[in-house]
Amino acid sequence: MIAETNSEPKVNSDTENKTVIQIRNLSKSFGENHVLRDFNMDLNKGENIVVLGKSGSGKSVLIKCIIGLIKPETGTIKVLGQNIPDLNREDLDKIRVKVGFLFQSNALYDSMTVRENLEFPLRRHSVQKSNEKENDLIMEALTNVGLAHTIDLMPSELSGGMKKRIALARTLILKPEIILYDEPTTGLDPITGKEISNLMNELAKKYNTSSIVISHDLNCVKRVASKIAMLIDGKCYAQGSYEELEKSTDPKIKHFFEL
Amino acid sequence: MKSSGFRKFLSETGDIARFTGRFFTELFKPRFEFAEFFRQCYFIGYKSLPLVAITAFIMGLVITIQSRPTLVEFGAEAWLPKMVSVSLVREIAPVITALICAGKIGSGIGAELGSMKVTEQIDAMDVSGTNPYKFLVVTRVMSTTLMIPILAVLADAVSLYGGFLGTNIRGVCSWDLYWNQVFDTLTYGDVIPSIAKTFLFGFAIGIIGCYKGFNSSKGTEGVGQSANSAVVISSLLVFVLDLLAVQITDLLQLT
Repeated sequence: MIAETNSEPKVNSDTENKTVIQIRNLSKSFGENHVLRDFNMDLNKGENIVVLGKSGSGKSVLIKCIIGLIKPETGTIKVLGQNIPDLNREDLDKIRVKVGFLFQSNALYDSMTVRENLEFPLRRHSVQKSNEKENDLIMEALTNVGLAHTIDLMPSELSGGMKKRIALARTLILKPEIILYDEPTTGLDPITGKEISNLMNELAKKYNTSSIVISHDLNCVKRVASKIAMLIDGKCYAQGSYEELEKSTDPKIKHFFEL
Repeated sequence: MKSSGFRKFLSETGDIARFTGRFFTELFKPRFEFAEFFRQCYFIGYKSLPLVAITAFIMGLVITIQSRPTLVEFGAEAWLPKMVSVSLVREIAPVITALICAGKIGSGIGAELGSMKVTEQIDAMDVSGTNPYKFLVVTRVMSTTLMIPILAVLADAVSLYGGFLGTNIRGVCSWDLYWNQVFDTLTYGDVIPSIAKTFLFGFAIGIIGCYKGFNSSKGTEGVGQSANSAVVISSLLVFVLDLLAVQITDLLQLT
Protein backbone atom coordinates (compact mmCIF):
# COMPACT_ATOMS: atom_id res chain seq x y z
CA MET A 1 0.00 0.00 0.00
CA ILE A 2 1.23 3.45 -0.76
CA ALA A 3 1.19 5.98 2.02
CA GLU A 4 0.05 9.35 0.73
CA THR A 5 1.37 12.76 1.74
CA ASN A 6 1.30 13.70 5.39
CA SER A 7 -0.05 10.37 6.48
CA GLU A 8 1.96 8.37 8.97
CA PRO A 9 4.65 6.34 7.24
CA LYS A 10 4.39 2.58 7.34
CA VAL A 11 6.92 0.70 9.36
CA ASN A 12 7.87 -2.86 8.53
CA SER A 13 7.05 -5.07 11.43
CA ASP A 14 10.50 -6.65 11.47
CA THR A 15 12.37 -3.34 11.96
CA GLU A 16 12.84 -1.89 15.37
CA ASN A 17 10.22 0.77 15.84
CA LYS A 18 12.46 3.64 16.82
CA THR A 19 12.50 6.84 14.82
CA VAL A 20 16.01 8.22 14.34
CA ILE A 21 15.14 11.06 11.98
CA GLN A 22 11.81 12.83 12.05
CA ILE A 23 11.14 15.60 9.55
CA ARG A 24 8.04 17.74 9.90
CA ASN A 25 6.75 20.55 7.68
CA LEU A 26 10.17 21.27 6.24
CA SER A 27 10.24 24.18 3.79
CA LYS A 28 13.12 25.73 1.95
CA SER A 29 13.21 28.04 -1.01
CA PHE A 30 15.91 29.77 -2.99
CA GLY A 31 14.46 33.08 -4.16
CA GLU A 32 11.31 32.25 -6.10
CA ASN A 33 12.16 28.59 -6.29
CA HIS A 34 10.30 26.66 -3.56
CA VAL A 35 12.40 23.53 -3.33
CA LEU A 36 10.77 21.92 -0.32
CA ARG A 37 7.23 22.64 0.88
CA ASP A 38 5.94 21.08 4.04
CA PHE A 39 8.03 17.99 3.60
CA ASN A 40 7.40 15.17 6.09
CA MET A 41 9.35 11.97 6.51
CA ASP A 42 10.47 9.53 9.17
CA LEU A 43 13.48 7.28 9.23
CA ASN A 44 13.32 4.33 11.60
CA LYS A 45 16.25 2.47 12.98
CA GLY A 46 17.63 -0.09 10.56
CA GLU A 47 15.75 1.32 7.57
CA ASN A 48 17.28 2.40 4.27
CA ILE A 49 15.04 5.01 2.75
CA VAL A 50 15.75 6.05 -0.80
CA VAL A 51 14.51 9.49 -1.73
CA LEU A 52 13.62 9.41 -5.39
CA GLY A 53 13.07 12.55 -7.40
CA LYS A 54 14.03 14.42 -10.54
CA SER A 55 17.28 16.37 -10.77
CA GLY A 56 16.85 19.75 -9.13
CA SER A 57 13.84 18.58 -7.14
CA GLY A 58 15.56 19.36 -3.86
CA LYS A 59 16.84 15.95 -2.83
CA SER A 60 20.32 17.19 -2.04
CA VAL A 61 18.89 20.22 -0.27
CA LEU A 62 16.86 17.84 1.89
CA ILE A 63 19.84 15.87 3.20
CA LYS A 64 21.97 19.00 3.53
CA CYS A 65 19.21 20.36 5.78
CA ILE A 66 19.37 17.17 7.83
CA ILE A 67 23.11 17.50 8.41
CA GLY A 68 22.81 21.24 9.09
CA LEU A 69 24.67 22.55 6.04
CA ILE A 70 21.58 24.39 4.84
CA LYS A 71 19.20 26.15 7.20
CA PRO A 72 15.56 25.54 6.35
CA GLU A 73 13.00 28.36 6.58
CA THR A 74 10.44 26.45 8.59
CA GLY A 75 9.93 23.02 9.99
CA THR A 76 11.66 20.69 12.37
CA ILE A 77 14.29 18.04 11.68
CA LYS A 78 14.76 15.85 14.70
CA VAL A 79 17.87 13.72 14.44
CA LEU A 80 18.30 11.32 17.36
CA GLY A 81 15.89 13.49 19.28
CA GLN A 82 17.50 16.87 18.65
CA ASN A 83 16.13 19.57 16.36
CA ILE A 84 18.94 20.42 13.93
CA PRO A 85 17.97 24.02 13.04
CA ASP A 86 18.04 24.98 16.73
CA LEU A 87 21.46 23.58 17.52
CA ASN A 88 24.57 25.67 18.01
CA ARG A 89 27.86 24.71 16.41
CA GLU A 90 29.07 22.59 19.31
CA ASP A 91 25.92 20.49 19.64
CA LEU A 92 25.73 20.18 15.89
CA ASP A 93 29.25 18.75 15.83
CA LYS A 94 28.21 16.20 18.45
CA ILE A 95 25.32 15.05 16.28
CA ARG A 96 27.53 15.00 13.20
CA VAL A 97 29.75 12.36 14.81
CA LYS A 98 26.71 10.08 14.72
CA VAL A 99 25.55 11.06 11.25
CA GLY A 100 27.81 10.32 8.30
CA PHE A 101 27.47 12.09 4.98
CA LEU A 102 28.70 10.73 1.67
CA PHE A 103 29.06 13.58 -0.79
CA GLN A 104 28.07 13.28 -4.41
CA SER A 105 31.48 14.50 -5.54
CA ASN A 106 33.19 12.43 -2.79
CA ALA A 107 34.80 15.62 -1.42
CA LEU A 108 38.10 13.93 -0.70
CA TYR A 109 40.69 16.53 0.27
CA ASP A 110 42.96 16.85 -2.76
CA SER A 111 45.95 18.03 -0.79
CA MET A 112 45.95 15.06 1.59
CA THR A 113 46.77 11.38 1.18
CA VAL A 114 44.12 8.71 1.72
CA ARG A 115 45.40 8.20 5.27
CA GLU A 116 45.20 11.91 6.07
CA ASN A 117 41.73 12.06 4.56
CA LEU A 118 40.58 9.35 6.95
CA GLU A 119 42.42 10.86 9.90
CA PHE A 120 40.75 14.22 9.39
CA PRO A 121 37.30 13.44 10.85
CA LEU A 122 38.90 11.36 13.63
CA ARG A 123 41.17 14.15 14.76
CA ARG A 124 38.81 17.04 14.21
CA HIS A 125 35.86 15.57 16.05
CA SER A 126 37.85 15.67 19.28
CA VAL A 127 37.25 11.96 19.69
CA GLN A 128 40.45 11.40 21.61
CA LYS A 129 42.18 8.29 20.45
CA SER A 130 45.71 6.95 20.70
CA ASN A 131 47.79 6.79 17.54
CA GLU A 132 47.61 3.03 17.51
CA LYS A 133 43.86 2.98 17.87
CA GLU A 134 43.62 5.59 15.14
CA ASN A 135 45.73 3.48 12.83
CA ASP A 136 43.60 0.43 13.56
CA LEU A 137 40.43 2.36 12.78
CA ILE A 138 41.87 3.60 9.50
CA MET A 139 42.96 0.11 8.48
CA GLU A 140 39.59 -1.30 9.48
CA ALA A 141 37.74 1.30 7.43
CA LEU A 142 39.96 0.72 4.41
CA THR A 143 39.71 -3.05 4.68
CA ASN A 144 35.93 -2.75 4.84
CA VAL A 145 35.91 -1.07 1.44
CA GLY A 146 38.65 -3.38 0.13
CA LEU A 147 41.26 -0.68 -0.47
CA ALA A 148 43.85 -1.13 2.27
CA HIS A 149 46.68 -0.87 -0.28
CA THR A 150 45.80 2.70 -1.27
CA ILE A 151 46.58 4.17 2.13
CA ASP A 152 49.48 6.33 0.96
CA LEU A 153 48.07 7.38 -2.39
CA MET A 154 46.71 10.81 -3.24
CA PRO A 155 43.04 11.06 -4.25
CA SER A 156 44.08 12.14 -7.75
CA GLU A 157 45.70 8.72 -8.25
CA LEU A 158 42.44 6.85 -7.62
CA SER A 159 39.71 5.87 -10.07
CA GLY A 160 36.14 7.11 -9.69
CA GLY A 161 34.94 3.93 -7.99
CA MET A 162 37.93 3.87 -5.65
CA LYS A 163 37.34 7.49 -4.68
CA LYS A 164 33.75 6.63 -3.83
CA ARG A 165 34.93 3.74 -1.66
CA ILE A 166 37.48 5.90 0.14
CA ALA A 167 34.83 8.55 0.70
CA LEU A 168 32.61 5.82 2.12
CA ALA A 169 35.44 4.65 4.37
CA ARG A 170 35.90 8.22 5.60
CA THR A 171 32.18 8.46 6.33
CA LEU A 172 32.24 5.15 8.22
CA ILE A 173 35.35 5.76 10.27
CA LEU A 174 33.42 7.43 13.09
CA LYS A 175 30.96 4.49 13.16
CA PRO A 176 27.90 6.65 12.58
CA GLU A 177 24.40 5.48 13.42
CA ILE A 178 22.91 7.16 10.40
CA ILE A 179 24.44 7.63 6.96
CA LEU A 180 23.19 10.09 4.39
CA TYR A 181 24.19 9.21 0.83
CA ASP A 182 24.06 11.91 -1.83
CA GLU A 183 23.74 10.10 -5.16
CA PRO A 184 26.26 7.38 -4.35
CA THR A 185 26.29 5.75 -7.79
CA THR A 186 26.00 8.80 -10.04
CA GLY A 187 28.88 9.04 -12.49
CA LEU A 188 29.96 5.43 -12.01
CA ASP A 189 29.68 2.65 -14.57
CA PRO A 190 26.86 0.12 -13.93
CA ILE A 191 29.22 -2.55 -12.60
CA THR A 192 30.97 -0.25 -10.16
CA GLY A 193 27.59 1.20 -9.23
CA LYS A 194 26.40 -2.31 -8.39
CA GLU A 195 29.49 -2.94 -6.29
CA ILE A 196 28.97 0.29 -4.37
CA SER A 197 25.30 -0.57 -3.75
CA ASN A 198 26.27 -4.01 -2.46
CA LEU A 199 28.95 -2.48 -0.28
CA MET A 200 26.39 -0.07 1.18
CA ASN A 201 24.16 -3.01 2.08
CA GLU A 202 27.03 -4.99 3.57
CA LEU A 203 28.19 -2.12 5.72
CA ALA A 204 24.67 -1.26 6.83
CA LYS A 205 24.30 -4.81 8.07
CA LYS A 206 27.72 -4.92 9.68
CA TYR A 207 27.42 -1.67 11.60
CA ASN A 208 23.65 -1.70 11.99
CA THR A 209 23.21 1.75 10.43
CA SER A 210 20.10 3.44 9.13
CA SER A 211 20.38 5.51 6.01
CA ILE A 212 18.78 7.98 3.68
CA VAL A 213 19.92 7.56 0.11
CA ILE A 214 19.38 10.18 -2.54
CA SER A 215 19.36 8.58 -5.93
CA HIS A 216 17.77 8.34 -9.31
CA ASP A 217 19.65 5.21 -10.32
CA LEU A 218 16.95 2.55 -10.26
CA ASN A 219 19.47 -0.31 -10.06
CA CYS A 220 20.89 1.16 -6.89
CA VAL A 221 17.41 1.93 -5.56
CA LYS A 222 16.27 -1.64 -6.10
CA ARG A 223 19.29 -3.01 -4.23
CA VAL A 224 19.42 -0.77 -1.20
CA ALA A 225 15.91 0.52 -0.54
CA SER A 226 13.87 -0.91 2.27
CA LYS A 227 11.47 1.92 1.56
CA ILE A 228 11.20 4.58 -1.12
CA ALA A 229 10.01 8.15 -0.62
CA MET A 230 9.04 10.08 -3.73
CA LEU A 231 10.00 13.74 -3.63
CA ILE A 232 7.73 15.49 -6.07
CA ASP A 233 6.91 19.21 -6.06
CA GLY A 234 8.75 19.69 -2.80
CA LYS A 235 6.57 17.20 -0.93
CA CYS A 236 6.91 13.62 0.11
CA TYR A 237 4.44 12.55 -2.53
CA ALA A 238 4.33 8.87 -1.71
CA GLN A 239 6.14 6.22 0.27
CA GLY A 240 6.32 2.49 -0.09
CA SER A 241 8.48 -0.43 -1.09
CA TYR A 242 9.94 -0.71 -4.59
CA GLU A 243 7.38 -3.28 -5.64
CA GLU A 244 4.47 -1.24 -4.32
CA LEU A 245 5.53 1.93 -6.09
CA GLU A 246 6.42 0.11 -9.28
CA LYS A 247 2.84 -1.12 -9.53
CA SER A 248 1.38 2.31 -8.86
CA THR A 249 -0.98 3.73 -11.43
CA ASP A 250 -0.34 7.35 -10.46
CA PRO A 251 1.22 8.93 -13.58
CA LYS A 252 3.69 10.99 -11.51
CA ILE A 253 5.05 7.86 -9.85
CA LYS A 254 4.81 5.64 -12.91
CA HIS A 255 6.97 8.10 -14.75
CA PHE A 256 10.00 7.16 -12.62
CA PHE A 257 9.71 3.44 -13.12
CA GLU A 258 9.19 3.49 -16.88
CA LEU A 259 12.51 3.09 -18.60
CA MET B 1 15.01 43.93 -11.97
CA LYS B 2 18.44 43.22 -13.33
CA SER B 3 20.98 44.80 -11.08
CA SER B 4 23.23 47.34 -12.68
CA GLY B 5 27.03 47.19 -12.55
CA PHE B 6 27.19 49.87 -9.90
CA ARG B 7 24.67 48.10 -7.73
CA LYS B 8 26.57 44.87 -8.08
CA PHE B 9 29.75 46.67 -7.08
CA LEU B 10 28.09 48.05 -3.96
CA SER B 11 26.58 44.74 -2.93
CA GLU B 12 29.90 42.95 -3.45
CA THR B 13 31.69 45.59 -1.41
CA GLY B 14 29.14 44.98 1.33
CA ASP B 15 29.69 41.24 1.12
CA ILE B 16 33.45 41.67 1.38
CA ALA B 17 32.99 43.96 4.39
CA ARG B 18 30.80 41.35 6.07
CA PHE B 19 33.31 38.63 5.22
CA THR B 20 36.06 40.76 6.77
CA GLY B 21 33.95 41.41 9.84
CA ARG B 22 33.47 37.68 10.26
CA PHE B 23 37.25 37.26 10.10
CA PHE B 24 37.68 39.44 13.19
CA THR B 25 34.93 37.69 15.14
CA GLU B 26 36.30 34.23 14.31
CA LEU B 27 39.92 35.24 14.89
CA PHE B 28 39.66 35.52 18.65
CA LYS B 29 37.36 32.56 19.28
CA PRO B 30 38.95 29.18 20.03
CA ARG B 31 39.76 26.68 18.59
CA PHE B 32 42.97 28.05 17.08
CA GLU B 33 44.29 26.24 14.05
CA PHE B 34 48.01 26.68 14.67
CA ALA B 35 49.16 23.67 12.66
CA GLU B 36 47.32 24.84 9.57
CA PHE B 37 48.52 28.42 10.15
CA PHE B 38 52.18 27.35 10.17
CA ARG B 39 51.62 25.17 7.13
CA GLN B 40 50.20 28.18 5.31
CA CYS B 41 53.07 30.39 6.49
CA TYR B 42 55.44 27.89 4.95
CA PHE B 43 53.61 27.85 1.65
CA ILE B 44 52.87 31.56 1.51
CA GLY B 45 56.11 32.88 2.96
CA TYR B 46 58.90 30.44 2.31
CA LYS B 47 57.68 29.25 -1.06
CA SER B 48 57.41 32.81 -2.36
CA LEU B 49 60.91 33.76 -1.28
CA PRO B 50 62.83 33.07 -4.51
CA LEU B 51 60.25 34.83 -6.66
CA VAL B 52 60.17 37.91 -4.45
CA ALA B 53 63.97 37.99 -4.17
CA ILE B 54 64.56 37.79 -7.91
CA THR B 55 62.00 40.50 -8.65
CA ALA B 56 63.36 42.77 -5.95
CA PHE B 57 66.92 42.31 -7.13
CA ILE B 58 66.02 43.19 -10.70
CA MET B 59 63.95 46.21 -9.61
CA GLY B 60 66.86 47.54 -7.53
CA LEU B 61 69.27 47.09 -10.38
CA VAL B 62 67.01 48.59 -13.02
CA ILE B 63 65.95 51.61 -10.99
CA THR B 64 69.58 52.42 -10.25
CA ILE B 65 70.67 52.10 -13.86
CA GLN B 66 67.77 54.22 -15.05
CA SER B 67 68.18 56.97 -12.44
CA ARG B 68 71.83 57.43 -13.19
CA PRO B 69 71.67 59.58 -16.39
CA THR B 70 69.36 62.15 -14.79
CA LEU B 71 71.59 62.55 -11.76
CA VAL B 72 74.69 62.73 -13.96
CA GLU B 73 73.04 65.56 -15.87
CA PHE B 74 72.79 67.55 -12.65
CA GLY B 75 76.25 66.53 -11.57
CA ALA B 76 74.77 64.70 -8.61
CA GLU B 77 76.00 61.24 -9.41
CA ALA B 78 77.19 60.78 -5.84
CA TRP B 79 73.57 61.00 -4.72
CA LEU B 80 72.64 57.84 -6.54
CA PRO B 81 72.60 55.55 -3.46
CA LYS B 82 70.55 58.10 -1.49
CA MET B 83 67.92 58.56 -4.15
CA VAL B 84 67.66 54.93 -5.04
CA SER B 85 67.40 53.73 -1.45
CA VAL B 86 64.55 56.09 -0.65
CA SER B 87 62.51 55.11 -3.67
CA LEU B 88 63.19 51.42 -3.18
CA VAL B 89 62.41 51.26 0.51
CA ARG B 90 59.47 53.64 0.55
CA GLU B 91 57.65 52.47 -2.50
CA ILE B 92 59.08 50.03 -4.95
CA ALA B 93 60.03 47.06 -2.80
CA PRO B 94 56.79 46.89 -0.76
CA VAL B 95 54.49 47.48 -3.71
CA ILE B 96 56.28 45.09 -6.04
CA THR B 97 56.32 42.43 -3.33
CA ALA B 98 52.61 42.92 -2.75
CA LEU B 99 51.82 42.74 -6.45
CA ILE B 100 53.90 39.61 -6.96
CA CYS B 101 52.16 38.05 -3.96
CA ALA B 102 48.74 39.14 -5.19
CA GLY B 103 49.54 37.25 -8.38
CA LYS B 104 51.07 34.18 -6.81
CA ILE B 105 49.29 33.84 -3.48
CA GLY B 106 45.99 35.60 -4.21
CA SER B 107 45.32 33.48 -7.28
CA GLY B 108 46.49 30.35 -5.46
CA ILE B 109 44.11 30.88 -2.56
CA GLY B 110 41.25 31.85 -4.87
CA ALA B 111 41.70 28.73 -7.00
CA GLU B 112 42.30 26.36 -4.09
CA LEU B 113 39.31 27.44 -2.04
CA GLY B 114 37.23 27.78 -5.20
CA SER B 115 37.84 24.19 -6.22
CA MET B 116 37.32 23.03 -2.63
CA LYS B 117 33.97 24.79 -2.66
CA VAL B 118 32.95 23.35 -6.00
CA THR B 119 33.88 19.77 -5.06
CA GLU B 120 32.09 20.06 -1.68
CA GLN B 121 35.34 19.76 0.28
CA ILE B 122 34.39 22.83 2.31
CA ASP B 123 31.06 21.18 3.23
CA ALA B 124 32.94 17.98 4.04
CA MET B 125 35.11 19.89 6.51
CA ASP B 126 32.02 21.41 8.03
CA VAL B 127 30.50 18.01 8.73
CA SER B 128 33.85 16.73 10.06
CA GLY B 129 33.76 18.93 13.12
CA THR B 130 35.74 21.76 11.58
CA ASN B 131 34.66 25.33 11.11
CA PRO B 132 35.83 25.82 7.52
CA TYR B 133 35.98 29.60 7.94
CA LYS B 134 38.44 29.24 10.77
CA PHE B 135 40.40 26.41 9.24
CA LEU B 136 40.70 27.84 5.75
CA VAL B 137 40.11 31.59 5.89
CA VAL B 138 41.49 32.75 9.24
CA THR B 139 44.73 30.77 8.84
CA ARG B 140 45.35 31.98 5.31
CA VAL B 141 44.55 35.62 6.01
CA MET B 142 46.74 35.58 9.11
CA SER B 143 49.65 34.09 7.24
CA THR B 144 49.44 36.54 4.33
CA THR B 145 49.17 39.40 6.83
CA LEU B 146 52.32 38.28 8.63
CA MET B 147 54.35 36.85 5.78
CA ILE B 148 54.06 39.65 3.25
CA PRO B 149 55.75 42.22 5.58
CA ILE B 150 58.59 39.76 6.10
CA LEU B 151 58.89 39.23 2.37
CA ALA B 152 58.81 43.01 1.88
CA VAL B 153 61.68 43.55 4.33
CA LEU B 154 63.62 40.90 2.51
CA ALA B 155 62.78 42.60 -0.78
CA ASP B 156 64.09 45.89 0.67
CA ALA B 157 67.43 44.27 1.43
CA VAL B 158 67.76 42.42 -1.85
CA SER B 159 66.73 45.43 -3.93
CA LEU B 160 69.28 47.62 -2.14
CA TYR B 161 71.89 45.02 -3.00
CA GLY B 162 70.71 45.24 -6.61
CA GLY B 163 71.14 49.01 -6.27
CA PHE B 164 74.72 48.49 -5.12
CA LEU B 165 75.54 46.45 -8.21
CA GLY B 166 73.74 48.99 -10.38
CA THR B 167 75.80 51.82 -8.94
CA ASN B 168 78.99 49.95 -9.70
CA ILE B 169 78.22 49.17 -13.31
CA ARG B 170 79.24 52.61 -14.56
CA GLY B 171 80.70 54.21 -11.50
CA VAL B 172 82.73 53.15 -8.55
CA CYS B 173 81.25 53.01 -5.09
CA SER B 174 82.69 50.86 -2.35
CA TRP B 175 80.51 48.45 -0.35
CA ASP B 176 81.01 50.50 2.83
CA LEU B 177 80.37 53.84 1.22
CA TYR B 178 77.20 52.57 -0.43
CA TRP B 179 75.66 51.23 2.75
CA ASN B 180 76.79 54.26 4.78
CA GLN B 181 75.03 56.51 2.35
CA VAL B 182 71.93 54.32 2.35
CA PHE B 183 71.62 54.22 6.13
CA ASP B 184 72.38 57.92 6.46
CA THR B 185 69.54 58.69 4.13
CA LEU B 186 66.91 56.33 5.45
CA THR B 187 65.05 57.43 8.56
CA TYR B 188 62.47 55.61 10.67
CA GLY B 189 59.95 57.81 8.91
CA ASP B 190 60.84 56.03 5.69
CA VAL B 191 61.08 52.50 6.97
CA ILE B 192 58.23 52.15 9.46
CA PRO B 193 55.35 53.45 7.32
CA SER B 194 56.60 51.38 4.43
CA ILE B 195 56.57 48.21 6.51
CA ALA B 196 53.28 49.12 8.17
CA LYS B 197 51.49 49.34 4.87
CA THR B 198 52.63 45.87 3.85
CA PHE B 199 50.53 44.42 6.69
CA LEU B 200 47.53 46.02 5.01
CA PHE B 201 48.61 44.69 1.62
CA GLY B 202 48.97 41.20 3.05
CA PHE B 203 45.58 41.37 4.73
CA ALA B 204 43.91 42.58 1.55
CA ILE B 205 45.49 39.83 -0.56
CA GLY B 206 44.44 37.13 1.90
CA ILE B 207 40.91 38.32 2.47
CA ILE B 208 40.14 38.90 -1.22
CA GLY B 209 41.60 35.54 -2.24
CA CYS B 210 39.56 33.76 0.43
CA TYR B 211 36.39 35.73 -0.29
CA LYS B 212 36.57 34.94 -3.98
CA GLY B 213 37.35 31.27 -3.37
CA PHE B 214 34.71 30.84 -0.69
CA ASN B 215 32.04 32.38 -2.91
CA SER B 216 33.08 30.61 -6.06
CA SER B 217 30.18 29.63 -8.29
CA LYS B 218 29.74 26.04 -9.30
CA GLY B 219 31.85 24.52 -12.04
CA THR B 220 35.39 24.81 -13.29
CA GLU B 221 34.64 28.14 -14.93
CA GLY B 222 33.73 29.53 -11.52
CA VAL B 223 37.08 28.42 -10.11
CA GLY B 224 38.94 30.17 -12.92
CA GLN B 225 36.91 33.29 -12.37
CA SER B 226 37.59 33.31 -8.63
CA ALA B 227 41.33 32.99 -9.19
CA ASN B 228 41.27 35.67 -11.81
CA SER B 229 39.18 38.21 -9.94
CA ALA B 230 41.15 37.54 -6.74
CA VAL B 231 44.28 38.75 -8.53
CA VAL B 232 42.60 41.72 -10.19
CA ILE B 233 40.83 43.00 -7.09
CA SER B 234 43.71 42.44 -4.69
CA SER B 235 46.22 44.12 -7.03
CA LEU B 236 43.90 47.07 -7.36
CA LEU B 237 43.42 47.18 -3.60
CA VAL B 238 47.20 47.22 -3.11
CA PHE B 239 47.35 50.47 -5.09
CA VAL B 240 44.35 51.99 -3.33
CA LEU B 241 45.83 51.12 0.07
CA ASP B 242 49.17 52.51 -1.05
CA LEU B 243 47.47 55.77 -1.94
CA LEU B 244 45.77 55.92 1.45
CA ALA B 245 48.97 55.03 3.28
CA VAL B 246 50.93 57.79 1.59
CA GLN B 247 48.23 60.31 2.51
CA ILE B 248 48.40 59.25 6.12
CA THR B 249 52.19 59.38 6.32
CA ASP B 250 52.03 62.76 4.63
CA LEU B 251 49.44 64.05 7.10
CA LEU B 252 51.56 62.84 10.00
CA GLN B 253 54.53 64.54 8.36
CA LEU B 254 56.58 61.39 8.39
CA THR B 255 57.80 61.95 4.85
